[in-house]
Amino acid sequence: MTELTSSELSRKIRQHVLRMTHHGRSSHVASGLSVADILASLYGEVLRVDPSDPDWLDRDRFVMSKGHAGAAVYAALSETGFFSPESLAAHYQNGSTFSGHVSHVGVPGVEVSTGSLGHGLSIATGMAWRARAVGAGWRAYALLSDGECDEGSTWEAALFAGHHRMSNLIAVIDYNKYQSLATTDETLTLEPFADKWVAFGWDVIEVDGHDIEEISAGLDIDPRDRDRPRCVIAHTIKGKGVSFMENNVLWHYRPPSDEELALALAEVSE
Amino acid sequence: MRTRFFADLLTAARSDPNLVLITGDLGFGVVEPFVEACPAQFVNAGVAEQNMTGMAAGMAMAGAKVFTYSIANFPTMRCLEQIRNDVAYHGADVVIVGVGGGLAYGALGMSHHATEDIAVMRAIPGLAVVAPGDPEETGAVLMDLIERGGPAYLRLGKAGERSVHASRPDVARGQAVTLRNGTDVALVSTGAMLPVVVDAADDLDQLGISSTVVSSPWIAPFDESTVRRLASTHRLMVTVEEHSITGGLGGAAAEVLAESGSACPLMRIGVSHKFNSVVGDQGYLREVHGLTRQSISKRVVKRLEDI
Repeated sequence: MTELTSSELSRKIRQHVLRMTHHGRSSHVASGLSVADILASLYGEVLRVDPSDPDWLDRDRFVMSKGHAGAAVYAALSETGFFSPESLAAHYQNGSTFSGHVSHVGVPGVEVSTGSLGHGLSIATGMAWRARAVGAGWRAYALLSDGECDEGSTWEAALFAGHHRMSNLIAVIDYNKYQSLATTDETLTLEPFADKWVAFGWDVIEVDGHDIEEISAGLDIDPRDRDRPRCVIAHTIKGKGVSFMENNVLWHYRPPSDEELALALAEVSE
Repeated sequence: MRTRFFADLLTAARSDPNLVLITGDLGFGVVEPFVEACPAQFVNAGVAEQNMTGMAAGMAMAGAKVFTYSIANFPTMRCLEQIRNDVAYHGADVVIVGVGGGLAYGALGMSHHATEDIAVMRAIPGLAVVAPGDPEETGAVLMDLIERGGPAYLRLGKAGERSVHASRPDVARGQAVTLRNGTDVALVSTGAMLPVVVDAADDLDQLGISSTVVSSPWIAPFDESTVRRLASTHRLMVTVEEHSITGGLGGAAAEVLAESGSACPLMRIGVSHKFNSVVGDQGYLREVHGLTRQSISKRVVKRLEDI
């Protein structure tokens, strides 16, 4: 595991996301900043994974369902020893395997390729079902965007996992309240969001998605103590850490310029 | 076919605890023995094909050998992206089983006809596509799917199909099987049309037209060399399928012939490229689309006259 503290890891993730999206002229910088603390919690404190053996059979499974924030996952993996941070320079480059949406081919530690929304919770549910079927102790995690809760397939999985009381399944939702064109409330309101998950048979907690300690407390649960899947609604700020990117849909798509990168790096490095 | 599939699947499941069957809330009257014998290996995903398929991928990634099951159009088209992204891209050991391929659920209406499934499935890289021609072929391809694994799409007929093969034929993955050798016309069949094609060949024989009959259960990988060989040794090639003439067996054969430079003409017999809005049982709808022994032999005779 990493030598970094979790807050150092989240800072590194943000720095990498800014540099990768700048260098690659790629989208979704604000999404990557939004999930940085959740990933720092997962890779710094919660997930039982082994960077020296990415295919370790007893590892926890983490499915990045919001694949568009793939840069942040690559950053987290590189800083926790799955591969060298220097590899991140290949992000978005011709011939590289570091695609904009997270992809498992050629990238150690990436469990599942995603990008089309609404896939990850089903896959994680299948993994959790399998762990239970064979009596394995590992857990299955899925990190979802709020926007992908527009997808019906997310709720198919929620219904199944609730019905089958999949206590080894943990969903965490990056609830930054912005999606591609506007806020979630302006697009398809999710509220009452927590109530929906409760109604589907989930145990729900809401956390400050930028407080790593709080996130980890929500995520690091013992399935044996529980009788239902856990949903962690992480209240986040899209573009968190860079004042001019926060809560601005522009940064769902626009990569930072040279000048903006310098300003942004200074802010996240404080 | 369905009966043979479930019998053989259950046999395999009894000896392999990693084998899992997921149904999309279908299979009343046929899944019960499996559920009774191997309850821990059975999941009813409910009426939720996208989740069924995504979960199947997740289970397979964690070591299971998964079969998803529903009426052929549902586990293919309703969840196409889950098949493409989650199952095929990850090389997951998932076999998608579609029952009632073609017009088998005829009178239930257009929503329950699977007439584009082969075309859609065979466009996905890494996904094997197989439509056995009779119960014996079903047993053979299922054995291959269990041993070599998915990703794959297994398209079954429904029930009561006549066995054409006397015993389990050798149809290793990607291979067609020749049932009889002739000299004039090569009849290539996939899926449940096989008995009809054999009957049509008998009729042609009575008319003095010598037919080769080939069953091509595997559409992907496709037995291209057999198609090329047949084209070089016959005056006419005819593909027969209970599927749209666009993109299925006929499409696969056309691609091979066009690129081979063969002069052998191809006639594709299948479901015409339009929706069925009339009600009818499978036999009736086959008549509508010219998928009967009489219609096939008549069209072959006419085409040979025109060459």
